[in-house]
Amino acid sequence: MEKFTIQAQAKEPLGGERSEAVTGVVASGNLEILFERNKDSLVVTVEVMTASHGYKPVWDAVIRDFVERVSPGGMHISIHDNGARPDTVLLRLMQGARLMEAQS
Amino acid sequence: MTDWTKQKQERARRLEAAAPFVSGKVVEPGNVTALLKSVICSEDRVCLEGDNQKQADFLAECLTQVDPADVHDLHIVQSGLVLSEHLDLFRLGIARKLDFSYSGPQSAAIARALDQGKIELGAIHTYIELFARYFVDLTPNVSLIAAVSADRNGNLYTGPNTEDTPTIVEATAYKNGIVIAQVNKIVDEVPRTDIPGDQVDFVVEAPRPFYVEPLFTRDPGAVTETQILMAMIALKGIYAEYRPRRLNHGIGFATAAIELLLPTYGEQLGLRGEVATHWALNPHPTLIPAIESGWVQQIHCFGSEVGMDRYMSARPDVYFIGHDGTLRSNRLLCQNAGLYACDMFIGSTLQIDLAGNSSTVTPDRIAGFGGAPNMGSDAHGRRHISDAWLKAGREAAGSDGPLVRGRKLVVQMVETFGEGMKPAFVEELDSIALARKLGMPLAPVMIFGDDVTHIVTEEGIANLLLCRDADEVEQAIRGVAGYTPVGLARDRAKVEELRARGVIRRPEDLGIDLLQADRNLLAARSVRDLVTWSDGLYAPPSKFRNW
Repeated sequence: MEKFTIQAQAKEPLGGERSEAVTGVVASGNLEILFERNKDSLVVTVEVMTASHGYKPVWDAVIRDFVERVSPGGMHISIHDNGARPDTVLLRLMQGARLMEAQS
Repeated sequence: MTDWTKQKQERARRLEAAAPFVSGKVVEPGNVTALLKSVICSEDRVCLEGDNQKQADFLAECLTQVDPADVHDLHIVQSGLVLSEHLDLFRLGIARKLDFSYSGPQSAAIARALDQGKIELGAIHTYIELFARYFVDLTPNVSLIAAVSADRNGNLYTGPNTEDTPTIVEATAYKNGIVIAQVNKIVDEVPRTDIPGDQVDFVVEAPRPFYVEPLFTRDPGAVTETQILMAMIALKGIYAEYRPRRLNHGIGFATAAIELLLPTYGEQLGLRGEVATHWALNPHPTLIPAIESGWVQQIHCFGSEVGMDRYMSARPDVYFIGHDGTLRSNRLLCQNAGLYACDMFIGSTLQIDLAGNSSTVTPDRIAGFGGAPNMGSDAHGRRHISDAWLKAGREAAGSDGPLVRGRKLVVQMVETFGEGMKPAFVEELDSIALARKLGMPLAPVMIFGDDVTHIVTEEGIANLLLCRDADEVEQAIRGVAGYTPVGLARDRAKVEELRARGVIRRPEDLGIDLLQADRNLLAARSVRDLVTWSDGLYAPPSKFRNW
């Protein structure tokens, strides 16, 4: 297990009112991502627990694209990757952001 | 005086040598090896019917038992080299030269045998290319074929897996060759005559039915959300844009996902009746929900598929069915249909380079081509139009020229990372390295980049028709190559410029809701669902039954 935190600054806070959301199910051999909202902040914090070592630069690239595409300001995101591929991580991040934006 | 009948005399001589081992046209299984020894001569060209699916496995086994001192240096000319017996012929020295199309499970063994000099390779062909050469310079002297049943006059019923048989027999029988068929049963009357008896010299009732491999069955339970997303991208970005009605699908999971999304996402997009109505396609079980939902008007098949026979027999308006009530397939004709009559080929590959060349060759494996290069190439002899074909042609031409001809849509779907996190996008194809190692003058490239029109990954679509030079092609490909080293090395400004021009389209550019990329979007989520959709007519092979 490798553990690290990546921080980024978003341009806008993520829309919507939901305070938290979960995407993915670890039990099904997939990764799990928890989203929590920190109001009045543009900082994006991503805590990664990954099964595969040495992929930090790829994670940096995934998070950079995610922040650029969605602008998830104020999100505290915890990822338990279960060995998922980077494209799956990005898909789950995008889906999680959509869930947070949804009107609850 | 020139003797113009040497082949005819040679045939008569061989038939006479066969006489002690046969009774009329019928041969007992125990006499087959002796028969083969009497009718096959060293250096003959031999087709030992190995199709994509059905295998003349009993005759193959008998041929490996002839003494290499009697019969050697055969030239094997057949589409599929998939049984271990096929390789044994080379290992034992019975055969030396090989021209083929597809090797599948023997792909590693072929690469090894080539490396050890056990095989002298003519060429790796596409199916119709090899069949074409049967009539020009690779005509078999002897063909050993497989059918479901025969009568005592040699009339053959091939069953739904007709596949290559008519083509092999045509080339052999009309050039004074000898045709021997193994059948599952000798009967008084065949249900239909797929091969007329006067083209068949001998028949043997094999001790067991010929082997057929289920090749096209994809379990919906194994379709991932990434594949669903790619299918949504393809449906919205390509099917809805170009409206291809006539098409061929490859056999991978990405296209299986498209088939399973037609009745759901395709329906939402209003595409039923507008796209994918006429097909050149193997009997994919995953197409059942779309057929049952009224999407499909007609399908012609290369071969059959284990478990699909009863379903197809019950849907004669869709499939090509004989008067006996069972499927008639034909690989040559269906490949020709895929080449000339289809507006789109869409399929998966393993590796793509920066020019869009793709290959399924991995280090130390030569899987061959099968039909993909024919399906996946623009037929320059095509002269009939369709909206999809013309639209692709106009995009490729840009503002050039008054005479625009159409283009076939050739779409490669690939997840940026394959099994074991192996990047699908590479600077150099493994096949090029393998060709160097084995001294092959032509690297085995499945589809050349200049035939590819679109590449679909989970990151989006690269439309190569709209690229105006090699640099744009490279950046368009890098721009959908995700987090592979090739993708990470993209020129980000150039990629954004291509995106602004619509050369690259992301899911958000297409208005795709990522929350829909969920397994609930599949019309069938298990093999059992497919059985239900088929009204219980589809009978999946046991390895796909988990209930």
